[in-house]
Parts: sequence; C-alpha cells; structure tokens
Amino acid sequence: MAERRKTARAKAPAKTFARVVKYVLKYYKFRYIFVVLFIILSALANVRGTMFMRSLIDDYIVPLVKAGGGDFGPLLRAMAVMAGIYAVGVFSTWAYNRILVGITQGTLRNLREEMFRHMESLPIKYFDTHSHGEIMSLYTNDTDTLRQLISQSIPQTINGMMMLISTIFCMIRLNIPLTVMTLAMGAVMILATRKIGGLSGKYFVMQQKRLGEVNGYIEELIEGQKVVKVFCHEDESIEDFVKINDELFDAAKNANKYGNILMPIMGNLGHISYVFTSILGAVLAINGIGGFTVGSLASFLQLNRSFNMPVSNMSQQVNFIVMALAGAERIFELLDEKKETDEGDVMLVQAKFRPDGSIEESPIRTGVWAWKYMRSDTGEVEYRQLEGDIILDKVDFGYDPDKIVLHDIEVYAKPGQKIAFVGATGAGKTTITNLINRFYDIQDGKIRYDGININKIKKGELRRSLGMVLQETSLFTGTVMENIRYGKPDASDSEVKAAAKLAGADDFIKRLPEGYDTMLTGNGSNLSQGQRQLLSIARAAVANPPALILDEATSSIDTRTEKIVQDGMDSLMKGRTVFVIAHRLSTIKNSDVIMVMDHGRIIERGDHDTLIKQKGVYWQLYTGLLEQS
Amino acid sequence: MLKTLMAEIKEYKKPSLLAPLFVSIEVFMEILIPFLMSKIVDMGISEGNLKRVVIIGLLMIAAACISLMGGVLAGSFAAEASMGFAKNLRETMFRNIQRFSFSNLDKYSTSGLVTRLTTDVTNLQNAYQMIIRMCIRSPLMLISAFVMTCIIRPSLALVYVGAIIFLGVALYFIMTRAHSIFTQVFKKYDDLNAGVQENISGIRTVKAFVREDYEIKKFKIAAGNVYEMFMKAETILVSNMPVMQFTVYSCILLISYIGARMIVGGTLTTGQLMSLFTYTMNILMSLMIISMAFVMISMSRASGERIAEVINETTDLAAPTDSIKEVKDGSIEFRNVSFAYKKGRNNCLTNINLNIKSGETIGIIGGTGSSKSTLVQLIPRLYDPVEGEVFVGGLNVKSYDLDALRGSVAMVLQKNVLFSGTVKENLKWGDPNATDEEIVKACEYAQAHEFISAMPNGYDTRIEQGGTNVSGGQRQRICIARALLMKPRILILDDSTSAVDTKTDAMIRKAFREEIPDTTKLIIAQRITSVQDADRIIVMDGGEINGFGTHEELLAANDIYREVYESQMKGDEE
Repeated sequence: MAERRKTARAKAPAKTFARVVKYVLKYYKFRYIFVVLFIILSALANVRGTMFMRSLIDDYIVPLVKAGGGDFGPLLRAMAVMAGIYAVGVFSTWAYNRILVGITQGTLRNLREEMFRHMESLPIKYFDTHSHGEIMSLYTNDTDTLRQLISQSIPQTINGMMMLISTIFCMIRLNIPLTVMTLAMGAVMILATRKIGGLSGKYFVMQQKRLGEVNGYIEELIEGQKVVKVFCHEDESIEDFVKINDELFDAAKNANKYGNILMPIMGNLGHISYVFTSILGAVLAINGIGGFTVGSLASFLQLNRSFNMPVSNMSQQVNFIVMALAGAERIFELLDEKKETDEGDVMLVQAKFRPDGSIEESPIRTGVWAWKYMRSDTGEVEYRQLEGDIILDKVDFGYDPDKIVLHDIEVYAKPGQKIAFVGATGAGKTTITNLINRFYDIQDGKIRYDGININKIKKGELRRSLGMVLQETSLFTGTVMENIRYGKPDASDSEVKAAAKLAGADDFIKRLPEGYDTMLTGNGSNLSQGQRQLLSIARAAVANPPALILDEATSSIDTRTEKIVQDGMDSLMKGRTVFVIAHRLSTIKNSDVIMVMDHGRIIERGDHDTLIKQKGVYWQLYTGLLEQS
Repeated sequence: MLKTLMAEIKEYKKPSLLAPLFVSIEVFMEILIPFLMSKIVDMGISEGNLKRVVIIGLLMIAAACISLMGGVLAGSFAAEASMGFAKNLRETMFRNIQRFSFSNLDKYSTSGLVTRLTTDVTNLQNAYQMIIRMCIRSPLMLISAFVMTCIIRPSLALVYVGAIIFLGVALYFIMTRAHSIFTQVFKKYDDLNAGVQENISGIRTVKAFVREDYEIKKFKIAAGNVYEMFMKAETILVSNMPVMQFTVYSCILLISYIGARMIVGGTLTTGQLMSLFTYTMNILMSLMIISMAFVMISMSRASGERIAEVINETTDLAAPTDSIKEVKDGSIEFRNVSFAYKKGRNNCLTNINLNIKSGETIGIIGGTGSSKSTLVQLIPRLYDPVEGEVFVGGLNVKSYDLDALRGSVAMVLQKNVLFSGTVKENLKWGDPNATDEEIVKACEYAQAHEFISAMPNGYDTRIEQGGTNVSGGQRQRICIARALLMKPRILILDDSTSAVDTKTDAMIRKAFREEIPDTTKLIIAQRITSVQDADRIIVMDGGEINGFGTHEELLAANDIYREVYESQMKGDEE
C-alpha cells in the first residue's frame, strides 16, 4: 500500500508528548526514576571530568612546573578520585541504557498488544474507512519512530539538559561575561537550527508526498503488469514513471540536503563561539580582570565545547521529536477509536431436552442449540430453543446515517428455509447479510432472531450462530488443517477431513505437496481462487452452525466442479436457515424465497416458478436479458 | 552484485566524488582547528599576548568557515548523489521489469517487486549516503587525528594505538554478536507484521467466526517473540556506549598523567595537552561510527542482492536479429506444442495441434485447470512453448518483432485491469493516436458507448485506481473496446464477458461478426451461449484438446461438451 500520510507533523505536539510520557510511565514509573538518576550521574561525571582539566592545569601542573618537578603524589591521588568518578559515570551510562532497553521494548510490546487488541474490537466500518496500508503503517513506521523517541530522543534530551545545566552552572562559577558570550552564541545556533530545520521539514513533507505518488504508481503498474505487456504499453509507462521519479528525486535531494548541512553548520558555529570566547577570555586573563587565570580559561574553553555539543544535539532531536509525535498521534487516534458496541446479554448454549420437553443446558455438544437469557421481570434464567427464525422488519440502513442505502427491507426466514438475494452489483445484497450478523447496525426497524431482537444477543454469540462463507476468502498463515479448523477450534482431524470432503475440497488438498499439513502463506497465494473458496466452505461446514450465510460462495468455482460441490452444499444447507447470494442463478433456483433487489429495495419476491411466471426483473435476469454485476 | 549496483551511479559520479572531496576538506579543517586551539593557549593566552590570540583566532575562524563550506557542499553533494543513485535504481529496475516476459513476472510476486522498488531502494540509498559521507570522513578523521598526535608527541600516540586496538576488538565482538541476532529479529518482526496484515484484510472472517480472542493470543505470542529478540540484541548493543566511555576516560587519565610529567619536564605544552584531549574524542568517535556504519551497510546487503536480482534478470524471450515487423493475416497454427510453466514440472499443455484460418471465430471451453488461458497466451508469445512451434500469419511467432506481434494480437485478460486516469486515456492504450470517432466506434462495438456517455463526464470520467467506480461488466466492456482499438489481426477474449449479460454478450459477438470479419476471434468462456455460434469450438480438458468442431458436431460426439451444455441449458428449457 502506498503511504499517504496525512501530516508529517503533529497537530498537538505538547498534548501527545505528555500522553507518550504518561504511557511509558504507566508501567515503568519506578524504573524510569532510576533512568533519570543514572542519566544525571553520567552527565555529572562527564562535566566533572571537564572540570578536572582546570584543576589538572591550575592546581597540579602549574605548581609542579613552578617547583620544577617534585612530588607527583597529590596528582596521582586526584587522578585516583577522578578514576572513581569516571567509573561511576561508565557504570551509570551502562545502567541507564540497559534499563531503557527494557522500558522501550516493554512499552512497545504493551503498545502493540493494546493496538492489536483494540483493532480487533473495532467495528467493520473502521476498516472500510481506513486503507490497509494506512493501518499497517501504524504498526511499522509509526511504532518505529516511537521507539526512537522513547529509546533515544527523550533520554538524550534529558542527558543534554543535564549537561547544559551543569555546564552553565560551572561556567557561571568560572566567569560571567564569558558565560553570557557562550549563551549568546548558543542562541544563534538554535536560531540556525530552526531556520534550516524548517526548510528541511518543508521539503521532507514534499518528499513524503512524492514518495507516496511513486509508490502508488509502482503498485498500480506492477499489479497490472501483464496488461501493460499485452498492450505493448511499456514505453509509455516508463515515460510516466521517469517523470514522477524525477520529481521525487528533486524533493528528496532538497530534504536530505538541508538535513545533511545542519551538522557542519552547528559544529562550525561552535568553533566560532570557541574563538570569540578565547579572544574575550584572553583579554580578561591577560589583564587579570576578576582574578581570571589561564587555567580557568583553558577549562572554560572545554566547557564551551561541552556546551555546544548538547545544544546542537538537542536542536536536532527537537525536529525529530515533532515528526515522531505525528506518528504517536496517529497511534493514539487508533486507540481512541470507539469499540464495536455490544450491549447484548443473551447467550448461545448447547442444550438438551428434559423428558418433560423443557430445555436445559448441556455441557457437551448435542447439536441442539438454545438461547439463554434472563427474564427481566423475574430475573430467572430461561432457555429458548434456537430454530433459525429470522425476521427483518422495516429495516433502513446507511453506511453514513444521512445516506440510506437500504430502504424498508422486510424479510421473513422461517426455520430451515433457503432465502436467496439476487440483483445487480451495488443493489445491497451483501449489505443485508452484514446487518444480520451485526457487522453494521441498522438505522431503523428491527431484526429478530427466534423472536429476540438481535441487539439483545451478545455479538459473539450471534455470529457464532451464523456460519458465513464470504465473497473474499481470507486464509491465514498456517496449515490447511488449521485454516479449516478456524471454524471450530476444538474440531478433531477427522472432523476437519469430513468437512473438507463435504465441501469437495478433499480431492485437491490430498494432491497438495503435504496434504492437510501444507503450509499456506500470503493469504493462500499458492491456491487458486476456486480452491480457496472450497476451503472457505469447508470452514463453515466444520463450524456446523445453526444458520448459514453464503455470499457468492461458489462464484470462482467452474461449473463442472460446482456440480460436484453442489451435493455437499445441499447437505450442508439441509435443515438450516440459509441466506444465499449468488451470481449464477442456477444455484439458487431451488430456494424457498428469492428476493430481487434493486437500488436498496426489494422489488420482487417469491419462489422461482412464481417469479418466472411474473415475467418481471427476475425473469429478465434469468434469461440473461439483464446484467448482474 | 556490487558491480551491478555501482553501474547505477551513472550521472551522479561527479557529486559522488565531490562529496568525499569536500568531506576531506572538512575533516582537515576540523583537525586543524584543535591544533590552532592549542596554539591560542600556548602562544597567546599563556604568554599573555592578545595580538597572537586575535591572529590565531582569525585563522581559526577562517578554518571554521572553510570547514563549514566543505561540510555544506559535502552534505549537498551527498544528498544529490545518494538520491540520484536511488532514482537510477528505481528507473533501471522499472525499465527492466517492463521488459520482463510473463514467466519472468511469474517468478516474482507483485508485492516482492513493489518492496524491491520501494523499501529496498530506500535501504540502499541510506547506505550509499553513509558510504560517501561517513565512510570517508571517519577513517580520514581517525588517521589525521592520529597523525597529529604523532606530530605532537609520538610516544603519547602509543596510548591511542592501545586504545584503538582495545575499542576495535570490543566493538567487533559486540557488533558481530548483535548483527547475527538482528537478522533473526527482522524475521520475527516480519512475522508479526504479516499477522497484522492478515487480520486487517481478513477482519470479516475473524469477526464472523468470533475468533478475536484467538487472534489476540496469537499476536501476543508473536509480539512476545519480537520483544525477546529485540531485548537480546539491544542488551548486547547497550555495552557500546559504556565501552566507548571507558576507553575515552582511560585515555584522558593516562594522557593527563603522562602529559603532566612531560609538561613538568618541558617536553609538552598545556595547549598541546588540551588538543590531545580533543583528538582523543576524534579518534575514538570515528572508530565508533565506522563500526556502526559497517553494521548498517552489511544490513542493507540483502536489499542490494534483491535489487541486483531484478536488474540482472534477463527476459527469456529472445528476439530474433532480423525480426519481421508485420503480421500478414490472422491464421494460427499449433504444431506439436507442449508447455510447462516451470521446466521439469508437469505439462500444462500436451501435444497440441491446431489449425485456425484467418477470420474464423473460435470458441474455447473447459473446466478450471484445463489450460484454456495457457493455450491462448502462447499466441502473442506471452510464454514460449517448451516443445513444438506456434505459427501466426504463416510464420513462427519467434521470428516476429515482439511489439509487432503483440500489436497484431489483442488480448483481453481474465484479470482485467484499468488504470487510474480518464476512460479515454485508458482506451488510448489500444492506440495512442486514435481519433474520437475511432474510440466511439470501438466502444459501440463493445457495447460500452451507451454507459460511458451516461457517466458524469462521459469519456473524460476518471477511473479510480483498480477501476473500482465501474461495475464488473462495464470494466470488461471497456477492456474489450481497448483491445479493439488496436485493430488487431487476432482478438483473444479470455473469459472477458463473464459479467456481461447474455443479451449484451450476443450483441458484442454480432458486432464482431459484422464489423471485424477479417479478424480471427478466439473466445474463452464458461457460458455455452457465448461460444455456441462460433465457427468452431475447442473443448479443453487436462491440457489436451478433447474435441474441436462445430456446436452440432460436438453436441453429437463430445461427452464433456454435452454434459456442460445440458447442465447449463436445463434451466432455460423448463
């Protein structure tokens, strides 16, 4: 998928940043205190080292030179102290990095899990309105920038701040005018970063946009590569590609150029700051103003360098942080998406009949299903046998509440009946079946399952009662066996095989290199569309649900194979309430009721013979006078 | 691999060379600056000579300005060179993919090619930028700084030799261990992402079977694996910084002590000691960066290999030297043709012999897997037969210029694709110079004119990516019109009217009969009605021709044909 990122910069960076910090601290507050502590120790050791240079020259070397040699004992003792301080510094650096690894990876694991868990609970609508590439990049790019934010940018900023504060503190103690000078140059450096960072950001956004265009073009063309060849359209597509590729080059060149020149500019501004400081410092030292010594100047110059480094580091981090926060913002947007509502409490259970005909729950599979609910008046648990009586009563629906696409839908499915929907693409056939299993919620009207409003049934239970064979077959990485078992996790191998036989899939599965243990990858890319559909049917068969929805279940199976599958399908449908959508009308001819749909309305209904006699739309479709898809 | 990739630098050789050149200037100035710093201290400040401080200061500012210029220019050239390199990689790959044959294409998956053109190129681009900037800068910095320390005090330089060896060995161990784990990390990470991808595209299935909890459990395991592996790898990498600091601090302490003795002994100045500290940082930092660059570059190696593979893939349809540029007529002949998609695999087509006259209409039917599509794909040389020969217009297809052959054999594929752009732009794929009248005429034959005219902007209506805003039947008819615009000698429809209603289907076939009588028409269909009025019909079964004759002949003599006919016609005759 092409990345079409909406923004490269965060809309509310401060708020998002606070939320990131809060998220990290939620699980790792205690550990983070140690991180900060060790960062401070590490920074202090570093600054203390710089200060050591001053005393090395002023307190030891200069006296020794004056004395013309002598006792190196005090110097050695001072160095031993320094070695101790350095050891603390090295240990602190190791410690905070080590703790941070755990915090970062742990936070990412928590975040990934939370994202995934939340994603699984979102309504289908979310997936309709967000491209797969968009959702995917939350898990890849955005999580990755967040990792850098947590593991590098934040600690480096803390470290930089510590270095800055302690350096400034030391500088002030040494000399105030020089400190002012250094700070002024620091301000210039920050201004330069902002200026260049702004330009770089502008081109960066442009680069991302162009990159999206190029990736989109590549995807489209590679996908249709065979068509390109058949039409000898290679030269034209190369020409178009070269054009957008050149545009990408321009934007990428500029974005990287401004990114690249930042470091040298900062570094050399630092050098210039050093020169100014030395000249001013020399004036002070030579004239002995304020008791400023040569040794102090030497160590002030070191401080000047250790001041410039974090300034240039941190100003770069700031640019990155703003960009990373845009990713964090998108992740939080996902986490803030509203979950699929599920206020139902009616459960689906296995049941058996007592001798007196009443129903009781059964711990083992009996093949008899019952709804279990609490009576609102008495609070007693009651059971009602699942029969498969499904009614849509004056249902209106629109994906967008203001744009109703299904009008006044009335469907009465008696237990065991086969109900078919036919009509042109976009007439609303699939939409109706998606309302029954509550992929979408209706705007108006009622849907009743055995007399129970489906809103009162727990969503998972409702869906468990409806086997679905969808138009698009989704297979998961795993063996053929595991994929069929998807319909019923506790199915035995022989149950799976029986279901495959029923669906007419057993033949081709046996011919696969490792039979039922053949691994499927990439949504079963090694299978044909027809074979995938057979697996999908087997999956529904093994689930053995009380009711079935078949949405173009056999559309990619050729007519000869379909004949073979048909028997299996018939036995699968026997005794169940079934909703069928089919393109090939021969497969739905024997339905109890056929609904002809047009623009979201049911325009004809009846069985095959009645509808043929009517000589209406169904008759036209059946005789091939009207186009279906 | 390296040679293939290097060849793509092309017009960016100049910036690729200028970048390191300016990097070198920058490095020399950066080495000069600490030297000047020491002079400021020794010759100016220590001696209380303000004039010298100012003069050396000005020299230093000059050096800083040159260094800045060098850095800015190096940065710009490096950006140009690496982005240009990436541009060329994309272009060369794209061009080569356009030359791929169908069997070349079958070797790579669509997503595999897309990854090569996108992610892999980005990896190489970053590695290249790293090479021309850092890989020159760091070694040069290391060497120059080392040389400077030698100039100041050769005996002190020995401390650095020790430090370099220690740090080098330590980094080598850390990096090699981390690297081997990181390659595993990426595999686990890919698994994790594949799992997410599956769930996004299969969300309806997950929800329909109420398997959310199961998927979450699966994901938790995958996320846990990624966590474990990352922890392992990063825990090793964590030692980098402390090891580095340890070395730096040790150097500082050693040099402080030895330096102090030397200063007291009068063989070293205070300023020199300070510049030695700076060089310490320079040397050890460079070593660190080199080791990191090494890891990054070796990680992009896999990307490089994948890209080189595409660039070096040669199309396996060899074009003859003195190719024939014109196809005389639409006659087709198969002589003892056998075909397999991969050598050594089972034959998809076995011993096919066919003779089709120019202008004939031929229907082809057969079940899935009977190799109907494979049969017709040999005609425009989308694949070459393994055995036997295919003739078009009386000549072996291999003797034609490929563009000439494919320009005369129009094919509407089973997997119809429209590209984003207007309807007219899509149609012009058939003939870029087609006039509006020609376009309308072709659409009328394909029964597409009516609905196109009814679209909001008629022929200028935009088709969305993947052609999602037209129905299946409409898409098929646009694709047929597109093929008709090629004015082909042979027209092949591979199950291209399956979504078109029978009446329109019949009208399309009528138009074919009346308007392009001289074109040979091959029609693959599932529906018997689509082929029964053809001059002759081929019945395919398991890669062989099971029957070839008129509708009546086949109905009388061919079991498969009769079976299909009866199963489809039963309903209509009630």
